[in-house]
Amino acid sequence: MNATGPGSIRLRGRAWRFGDDVDTDQIIPARYAIYSLDERRLGEHAMEGVPGVGPGWAQRVRPGDVIVAGSNFGCGSSREIAPIAIRGAGIACVVAASFARIFFRNAINLGYPIVQSPAAAAAVEEGDEVEVDLEAGVVRDLTTGREHPAEPFPPFMTELMRTGGLVPWVRRRLEERRQGVG
Amino acid sequence: MGMTMSEKILARASGRERVRPGDLVLAKIDFAMGHDLTIPPAGRIMREEMGADRVWDPERVAVVQDHFQPAKDAASAALGRLTREFAREMGVSWYFEVGQGGICHTVLPERGLVLPGELVVGADSHSCTYGALNCFATGIGSTDLACVLALGELWFRVPESLKLVYHHRLGPWVEAKDLILHVIGLLGVDGARYRAMEHTGEALGWIDMEGRLTMTNMAIEAGAKNAIMACDEVTEAYLRGRARRPYTPVRSDPDAGYERVIEVDAERVPITLARPMSPADTAPIDAVAGTRLDQVFIGSCTNSRIGDLRRAARVLEGRRVAPWVRLIVTPSSHEVALQAEREGLIRVFLEAGAAWTTATCGACLGGHQGVLGEGEVCLSTTNRNFPGRMGDPGALVYLASPVVAAASAVAGEIVHPAEVVGEPVSA
Ligand code: SF4
Repeated sequence: MNATGPGSIRLRGRAWRFGDDVDTDQIIPARYAIYSLDERRLGEHAMEGVPGVGPGWAQRVRPGDVIVAGSNFGCGSSREIAPIAIRGAGIACVVAASFARIFFRNAINLGYPIVQSPAAAAAVEEGDEVEVDLEAGVVRDLTTGREHPAEPFPPFMTELMRTGGLVPWVRRRLEERRQGVG
Repeated sequence: MGMTMSEKILARASGRERVRPGDLVLAKIDFAMGHDLTIPPAGRIMREEMGADRVWDPERVAVVQDHFQPAKDAASAALGRLTREFAREMGVSWYFEVGQGGICHTVLPERGLVLPGELVVGADSHSCTYGALNCFATGIGSTDLACVLALGELWFRVPESLKLVYHHRLGPWVEAKDLILHVIGLLGVDGARYRAMEHTGEALGWIDMEGRLTMTNMAIEAGAKNAIMACDEVTEAYLRGRARRPYTPVRSDPDAGYERVIEVDAERVPITLARPMSPADTAPIDAVAGTRLDQVFIGSCTNSRIGDLRRAARVLEGRRVAPWVRLIVTPSSHEVALQAEREGLIRVFLEAGAAWTTATCGACLGGHQGVLGEGEVCLSTTNRNFPGRMGDPGALVYLASPVVAAASAVAGEIVHPAEVVGEPVSA
């Protein structure tokens, strides 16, 4: 993650395009659930269940790249390993027209940035260089020079992101309460 | 623009003047629930990973032994024990032991623990049930529950609302279950994905609290985040002498924004069943009548409250279950079982040749006390019939109301209840 000073989280990388209704079995086929505790291992198989993609996709990803997908991304099971696999592959952020509810919760609880932007999902093309500004709620396509509005991250979600997800966030909040800060 | 009931509750709980769909908010929880499958992981995450040594408010937590309890094997006994120990060590006020509670989604409303205007979460997908009582109630994961137990707060994305308007009144034999199956058939299994389902309209005035809970229970079967109804005389009457805390109902503003409004003429809704293998694959009874059955299950948090059992008993009184069918009746709570005993309903079931079990989830999730084998056909009053839900993936499950279930148990095949009883029965 590339944080450029307080109050702003920006991510920059190449776009990988996917369509609508990419389900959790396409993101990480169930047979790899045995690697649940090994994020890198999961990452090697990320997205290989997507028709027409197949094994080897993750090897072409450069750390910091982003996924830009259509609607209902992450539908299917409640498997928490789906966002973990994507993160393990080196993808810095997922931009989609919409997310399935449980995928959305799981990603946020892991502190993994996902951004809803129907405009970017419609316009960004494979290989475009994009910059995602989480707090401003903007996806900039640096290749085409166009800006696409996205749902901005409210301050507390940014805080969740910075602390690395729900577990460390709760730990810190408890600590603050004990010290009478929170 | 005004706000919907769901938006008002999330705004209040997050200390905001107003919220709109898509907003992410950090909100204070009024009540939280976990059971024997979700408390063990949540308790571990809360204590070991988050470092919390107590729950935020023991008065606002319920822990229910229902899914695999009374323990069906040694592994579920271990889960039951972890659940029991967690409740005891945390001093949870609302702990429901085997033989004293029943299924979580029946127990919480029955004990007046979930109330109008509140924000309620449960680590179980059917926690949306409580919305019939005018609260915002939704299912969460174990990490979410751990966060709630530790802090009493959780983040939410404010959902878009879908409004269902029910005109006129349900016809004879047609119940809340038929109506909600009909609606799920219209919407599809993800037709309400992420949405708040707001049930409104004059038809609800004739549907009692139990029927309303049946309707909100199945919101998740259309992918919804929650379901909600206004607080009216029926709600108030139900809560009288039951509510454990003072409460403030919420109403949707006349100019609240809805993504979609769906109008349903209740009068024209037929007796509706869901066919294998999806709750959205619905059909009127005529289309499935004559399907031969191996098992009939009357149970679960969807349809096994006292009124459901009364109507089923009316059908079964003086009749016998077909020789090739097993009828399993599982009350959804200990209170329901006690009441059924007082009214002589248990005797009716036993004399009809039914197996009467203790209050538990049991057969609903293919757990115990009625798991289906390959190729078996079951008619069930539960909420899900995906492959493998009630046992072998090759078993076929139809979903229906308790009246249709009871009549079909007698006939040995799916049948219109009028063919067995003649006159419509009421609770
Ligand atoms: S009765 Fe069935 S649907 Fe209800 S809580 Fe138990 S397992 Fe879930």
